[in-house]
Amino acid sequence: MKKTKTRINGNNMLLLITIVLFVVMYIGGCIVYADKGFARLQTFFNILINNAGLICIASGMTCVMLTGGIDISVGSLVAMDCMILAAGIEQWGWSSPALMLFILLVGVVFGFVQGFCIAYLDIQPFIVTMAGMFFARGMTAVISTQQISIVSDKLFTTLAGFQLKMPFGGTLNRKGIMQFPYLRVTVIVALVVVVLVFLMLRYTRFGRSIYAIGGNQQSATLMGLDVKKTKLKVYMLASFLTSIGGICYCLNTMAGTTQQALGLEMNAISSAVIGGTLLTGGVGNVFGSLVGVLINGTISTLVQTNGKLISSWSNIITAILLCFFIVLQSIFARIKDSKK
Amino acid sequence: MLEAGVVLKAQGICMTFPGVKALDNAGLTLKKGEIRALMGENGAGKSTMIKCLTGVNKFEAGEIYLEGFDGPIVNKDTMDAQQKGIATVYQEVNLCPNLSVAENLYIGREPLTKLGTVNRKAMNKKAAALMKELELDVDVTKNLEDYSLALQQMVAIARAVDMDSKVLILDEPTSSLDDREVEKLFSMMRKLKAKGVGIIFVTHFLEQVYAVCDGITVFRNGHLVGEYEVEELPRVKLVAAMMGKDFDDLASIKKEGSGDKRNEPLVIEAKGLSHAGTIKPFDLDIHKGEVIGLTGLLGSGRSELARAIYGADRAQTGTLKVNGKEVKIKNPIDAMNLGMGLLPDDRKAEGIIADLSVRENIILAVQAKLGILHRIPMAKQCEIADKFIELLQIKTASRETLVKQLSGGNQQKVILARWLATDPDFLILDEPTRGIDIGTKTEIQKLVLKLADEGKSLIFISSEIEEMLRTCNRMAVLRDGAKVGEIEEHDMNQMNVMKAIAGGDRNE
Repeated sequence: MKKTKTRINGNNMLLLITIVLFVVMYIGGCIVYADKGFARLQTFFNILINNAGLICIASGMTCVMLTGGIDISVGSLVAMDCMILAAGIEQWGWSSPALMLFILLVGVVFGFVQGFCIAYLDIQPFIVTMAGMFFARGMTAVISTQQISIVSDKLFTTLAGFQLKMPFGGTLNRKGIMQFPYLRVTVIVALVVVVLVFLMLRYTRFGRSIYAIGGNQQSATLMGLDVKKTKLKVYMLASFLTSIGGICYCLNTMAGTTQQALGLEMNAISSAVIGGTLLTGGVGNVFGSLVGVLINGTISTLVQTNGKLISSWSNIITAILLCFFIVLQSIFARIKDSKK
Repeated sequence: MLEAGVVLKAQGICMTFPGVKALDNAGLTLKKGEIRALMGENGAGKSTMIKCLTGVNKFEAGEIYLEGFDGPIVNKDTMDAQQKGIATVYQEVNLCPNLSVAENLYIGREPLTKLGTVNRKAMNKKAAALMKELELDVDVTKNLEDYSLALQQMVAIARAVDMDSKVLILDEPTSSLDDREVEKLFSMMRKLKAKGVGIIFVTHFLEQVYAVCDGITVFRNGHLVGEYEVEELPRVKLVAAMMGKDFDDLASIKKEGSGDKRNEPLVIEAKGLSHAGTIKPFDLDIHKGEVIGLTGLLGSGRSELARAIYGADRAQTGTLKVNGKEVKIKNPIDAMNLGMGLLPDDRKAEGIIADLSVRENIILAVQAKLGILHRIPMAKQCEIADKFIELLQIKTASRETLVKQLSGGNQQKVILARWLATDPDFLILDEPTRGIDIGTKTEIQKLVLKLADEGKSLIFISSEIEEMLRTCNRMAVLRDGAKVGEIEEHDMNQMNVMKAIAGGDRNE
């Protein structure tokens, strides 16, 4: 009865492999591209900064995937969020705090509609969120077909430009001035989201119901859990987190265009999968998805740092990694079965 | 209103599924502190009734009264039923394998901290205490999937037991438990009964009814046949009530003549076959037209032995000869091409494809054997399906009915039909009669003997010794993942088999 608390089973083994892979990849990058400054702390921070939005989105995606569902509307929703922000500031003359609140509200409503169709009308999540995807992308163009850059809102530009200087890890630049690495507000938001989602998944009834539904939906119903309501809430949560991610994303790009965040949903899904979340649901962890995002970010940084490779190479490496992890998952599932 | 001492009363319940009237004016009365058996053949409406009581099914007419409520109650869903005091344990384990044992026990009603979050520590402590009280040796922080089916079932029961319900419904909870575990369950049931809980117990094992129940309610074809005290309904009368006709004596199918087939040619010769972790090396010879019974406790390796021969678990050592020729079976397709068939014991997970029609399910193995490129003409498919629906008397609205709409026993018949359609020379039946009613059981036993007469060889696995005594020519005994002996036909009786399984007296 009294065994050590942490056991290595197939599932946290996957997470462990993901983490090890990330560390190896990163250290490898540090060694190979030492002359190009890869080893600087700022490089790592930049990965976080560039992917802060994606981290929020992947956290929501993880929750959805844990129930055995999927949400492919997130990329378009981000584009719509950015466009609302850009058009709102530059054309409608709204203040940015009001716009941000509005976007979060849009996210919740958007998620409610999708979740309602999935949970109560029993439609496939893929179909529903695909409709959501087309809708949001279409709405983006309806708001404006132009590229709008955000320049006039003081608060928003300050927020985007704000650097959280670290008191350590400084390096001298060419002029001999000490440069300290910095983070941005978006990174703090993203990390808070990850921690909150982690706690929510592990320590609340809602979170445990998510796992139960992914484990066996029929059983969850028979055990007296409100499956429909939980599913509805999950899709609302995902769209809400996507909207937070959308704001973070916009703080990076400072613009709204119709072609923004294309295929971002796939990045979120692949990050979750690389982080050990099963597409069939029930197994996964939001920290895994965070590491998944970091791995994706590291790959593209490595490709950029190399300088000679075209950026599409990062897609190919991601593809290889995805295959690797899916094969690993199936191997672990087999080992588990054969033990029975 | 309820009479004094009655905790649950259902009356006039009607419920229709597409093409089938599942319940027609059915009812049930349960007293406080009573264990009442709910009996009936397949398709009698037992499961439907239970689903009506627990709010899973919305019935069309009728009322349910529960102690403590003035008018008829309506359960919106299972949670609602639980809160009113009706807890249920289903036949198949309905828990979440990816959650810990403790979570499976308490999900939806976890102890909370002051912040409103789940108090895992308190939950694990409570769960460990509950498991200890029920004398189950379980690490509650481990995932449920790490434990055997039997243990999972016990956890499901523990979950229901801990809900302090007025009514506990056990829907065939014993079908995956061995005798020791059944006894444990019974003592648990008696404890609850003493506490005043009313228990509805659905089972197919007559002995269990008489071992633990106070009353019996019999259903047939969706109707209530009657409600009896256990003393006023001896076995024969019970069976007659269930079947609605004079009891087709089970003994009458006992085969006549010698069952010694050892002069017949060998069909299967296994030497030293094994699969790591499931079955230790074993030898087994099977002759043409012979029925070999595999007996042993749950988890003794009965199914695993069969799976090793069939290639479902690839044999890692040893040799296998089929019809005198040495073969290597890498996977079930190889086995099928050699004329083998396997009816797995877990029909939910391994056998039936619920969303396909009866015809499609029957045709599946034939199609797999031919390969995907050889399409079987529709007319031919229908012909095969109809033939087996007729032969096995599968109760279905039509051959295009989805299998999930059939009752458990009829689903089992569909899988059996699937293998018979491939015309195998050697058929493995793993618990073909589990969870089905006596009538169908008898039919399946007769079918086994008929197949053997036609010169097919069979492995028959069952937990019911009587059934094996009736059908087998020879029995192989398994214990703890190893074949420990064989019993010849002239030595086959209940006592000898039990002794062999238990492995006690080796001096005798």
